[in-house]
Amino acid sequence: MTALKFSRKHLGIPYALFMAMFVVFPLLLIIYYAFTDPETGSLSFVNFIDFFTSNANLTALFMSFALAILTTAICLLIAYPTAYILARTDINRNGVMLLLFILPMWINFVLRTAAMKELLYSIGMFNSNKLSFVNTLIGMVYDYLPFTILPIYTVLEKLDKNVLEASSDLGANGLQTLFKVTIPLSMPGIVSAITMVLLPTMTSYVVSDTLGNGNITIIGKLIENQFSVMYNWNAGSAIAMILLVFIFGTMLITGKFTEKDETATRGGLW
Amino acid sequence: MVKKIFQRGYIWLVLAFLYAPILLLAVYSFNNSQVIGQWSDEWTVDLYKQLFASGELMTTVANTLILAFVSSIISTVLGTMGAIGMFYSKKRTRNALNTVTQIPVINAEIVTAISTALVCTMFAFGRTYVSLLIGHVILTFPFVVLNVTPKLKQMDSNLYEAALDLGATPTQALFKVVIPQILPGIFSGFLIAITLSLDDYIITTFTKPSTFNTISTFVFDAYAKGGRSADVPALRALSTIIFAVIIIMVIVKNIVSNKQDLKTKGEKRR
Amino acid sequence: MEKEEKIIVLQDVVKAYDGQVAVEKMNFYVRKGEFVTLLGPSGCGKSTTLRMIAGFEMPTEGKILLNGKDITTVPPYERPINTVFQRYALFPHLNVYDNIAYGLKLKRFRNTYIDKNGKEKVKIEKLSKAVIDAKVSRVLKLVDLEEFEKRDVTTLSGGQQQRIAIARAIVNEPEILLLDEPLGALDLKMRKDMQLELKEMHQKLGITFIYVTHDQEEALTMSDTVVVMSDGVIQQIGTPKDIYNEPKNSFVADFIGESNIFSGTMVGNKKVRFINKVFDCVDDFPVNEKVDVVVRPEDIFLADEGKGMVDGVIISSIFKGVHYEMTFKVGKTEVLIQDTMERKVGERCSIHIRPDDIHIMEKEFDCNRYDGYITKRNTVCFADGEFECDVTQLYEKSHLDEEGYLVLENGEKIDLTDVDVKVEVGLKDIEIIDNEEDGDACGNIISIVYKGDHYQVIIRTDEEEEDFVVDTEYVWNENDRVSVKIPPNKIKLKLKAVNQK
Repeated sequence: MTALKFSRKHLGIPYALFMAMFVVFPLLLIIYYAFTDPETGSLSFVNFIDFFTSNANLTALFMSFALAILTTAICLLIAYPTAYILARTDINRNGVMLLLFILPMWINFVLRTAAMKELLYSIGMFNSNKLSFVNTLIGMVYDYLPFTILPIYTVLEKLDKNVLEASSDLGANGLQTLFKVTIPLSMPGIVSAITMVLLPTMTSYVVSDTLGNGNITIIGKLIENQFSVMYNWNAGSAIAMILLVFIFGTMLITGKFTEKDETATRGGLW
Repeated sequence: MVKKIFQRGYIWLVLAFLYAPILLLAVYSFNNSQVIGQWSDEWTVDLYKQLFASGELMTTVANTLILAFVSSIISTVLGTMGAIGMFYSKKRTRNALNTVTQIPVINAEIVTAISTALVCTMFAFGRTYVSLLIGHVILTFPFVVLNVTPKLKQMDSNLYEAALDLGATPTQALFKVVIPQILPGIFSGFLIAITLSLDDYIITTFTKPSTFNTISTFVFDAYAKGGRSADVPALRALSTIIFAVIIIMVIVKNIVSNKQDLKTKGEKRR
Repeated sequence: MEKEEKIIVLQDVVKAYDGQVAVEKMNFYVRKGEFVTLLGPSGCGKSTTLRMIAGFEMPTEGKILLNGKDITTVPPYERPINTVFQRYALFPHLNVYDNIAYGLKLKRFRNTYIDKNGKEKVKIEKLSKAVIDAKVSRVLKLVDLEEFEKRDVTTLSGGQQQRIAIARAIVNEPEILLLDEPLGALDLKMRKDMQLELKEMHQKLGITFIYVTHDQEEALTMSDTVVVMSDGVIQQIGTPKDIYNEPKNSFVADFIGESNIFSGTMVGNKKVRFINKVFDCVDDFPVNEKVDVVVRPEDIFLADEGKGMVDGVIISSIFKGVHYEMTFKVGKTEVLIQDTMERKVGERCSIHIRPDDIHIMEKEFDCNRYDGYITKRNTVCFADGEFECDVTQLYEKSHLDEEGYLVLENGEKIDLTDVDVKVEVGLKDIEIIDNEEDGDACGNIISIVYKGDHYQVIIRTDEEEEDFVVDTEYVWNENDRVSVKIPPNKIKLKLKAVNQK
């Protein structure tokens, strides 16, 4: 029996080795650097203390959260009705409409952000530094909206029509059915939409660098600065570790909502 | 009726938001003006001429495509091996490997980027083509696994045994029975890998050799870092071409898959 | 008085989807407390009818009355009607308790009370938690699932989910309970148990049940009244007994239980001719009328050769547990017989049918139908004649080659010689010719009836005694010797089912 299964099971060995070297080991490295004093090389919490005592860092942290939460909320507010209309009316009968909504996902992210910059620039949104935050927010919503629509659409489209009828049969009007059945049942889609947006908006500094006019610093940018400008790997690793803790924290919370096979997120592109 | 008009209006409004920047670029790609919003003279294809004449831009495009293609091939082979290996492993091994596979998916790109950079520096090959390739493989391989695993689950588990029973060696059974069965998953995994690689900025910028540029890094430098080279307007032409290519590809892909759907339906009916 | 009894009335209800009619001008009513079953094959419009009563679909035309009030446009959540869905439609995000309490929690009622100042006030109130708890546990007891409140509905078995779905509907104390093939997803044994339980529940609750199924046995076991539907039209309404014993037409006869359906002709007062023999019967139909004759297989008795009414031969026999199911051949016709006594295959014997077991029903006669076969010359033989015809209509996109083979779309060649076909010829498409020699088949005119603007002539052929029914403008005389001619393009051919595979 072992001889029979040899060829299949052992395909996993090079794979496991690759992951050990390039996925697990790097994370351990980050943890190591995070707890190491950049000057003495000894074990220390100095990087974390430095991070939490710097006003600039805390501002960036706050900015990241504010942008992330606002972007996610706006994306959901726009995406849910869109997905609902696409999934539950005959607008999308031949699938073309849905395609139009997810088509932008294939276009280079940086190019799309640049295009948004051109648009905002041409309507005078770059005349004042006060608008940097708004511009960044618009850019983020623009970039992540398709990623919010798709998972919600996927769930709503699969929703059993009978369950909605059952609700109405049992005395719920349209609004009551929406809040008591449709939205609770589309939670997996909503949660996966949130995970698609929340983290990248906090860390991917492409949008804030392009549209923020130098006024918007998010947590991802802080890490980049430590590595590419300050050359302080220890401080950068410490921030990365804080981020990791946050990521796995949210994973634990959202884990119970997400479906077993969530290829519906980015994996559902093709 | 009013509801229907409202729904359609809403859908078109969201679509307008999603497409306005891209269409703006497309329109201005046929004009000479340096700044979008200031239409000068007349319609012209000068920017397209400039694009194809610019050695720098042409190299960038070629770099991007070659990088995406090569890294996706590696990812697809690695991911397929991993998926098969994991699928036939003991539950414990499978769960452990699965969890590690998820890490690059849920992790912030910036963390993956710096950790890969750290490891590559550690192994002393620094920022070279090798580190760039590794970075892109790490970015994309989990999505190959995510696409192949469901196909393995759907496959009749007796097929492999049947092949062995009929005299195939495990290797023959793997290539003649298992691989053909999961080929659609492998293919869509490959497509997603290409899409993600083409899209990436952050990992690329942390792992690439300093003189190497992809479309993402070139555009980012032009728009975020303000390094406005003379070729920047030609980017409009480039993004219009990318947009057109993507539309064509998505349409073709949809026609093909619709045809396949019809075919399988027809076969089922018999 | 009688009016009050009708809890639901459908008046001329039509439902069409994009011009496709699903339900045609439907009229029926349900009495209070009745167990009514809508029975029919899938796609006959029974579920659509139910969904219109529930309020999920709006009729295209017509009215639905509940207790005499028009509820056609009332949304489902305002109707005192609840539904048990085919695949249960339990809310997967709620546990058993919350599923059942769903309707109760939404319920609002007006409470009139006297406040401190002695003024009468109206307050809109919800049901209290205690009331809801009590109701939920009562219905759970009724469906035998006590103490299941906290269970996750997705962990329950099919039968348990079914009971929860029923509990969720009846806890709202609806006036009518609609059940849309509720037992379809259960296995046979479970289905039988649930049938009895539902029947019991119906008696206990005393509310009206409207039940939809395609299973005739289920319908006959459970219902007070059965509504048989086909193609969006009601075929018959009656008690299970009526429907079984006195089917109104050949569809009902065929759908309910097993039946022999023969084409026959009335030959005298309460005399019908089928399988080449005249039988006495109890139904009175005009002489010479073409009719369908239905005989249940268990109503045919076998006797030794020569001792019954018609002689023939047994060509198959299968043991079915309680009885033998045998096929008896008379001439070209096969007769299905159920009997506890076995007759061996090949045995010659005779059958006997009692007059009151012969059910005669009107034939919807719209065209002549014959069994025929294709000849070597690609003509078709039927009714004692050979006719020119277009054989390419048997297969789509086929054509004939020079040698007379039929070439299919995929290039396959087939020889049609001796292929059995069903032939249809319209009443107006047959030409009657005076001269015997000029037609393709000949016979005598046995009847001529004036139908207002034309004559309907029946010509019977000599050997096989097949009839041509012809609509014509010209007057002919009975017993005239004539021949018939049919334009090749008016002969409709269809392969017999056996050859299709």
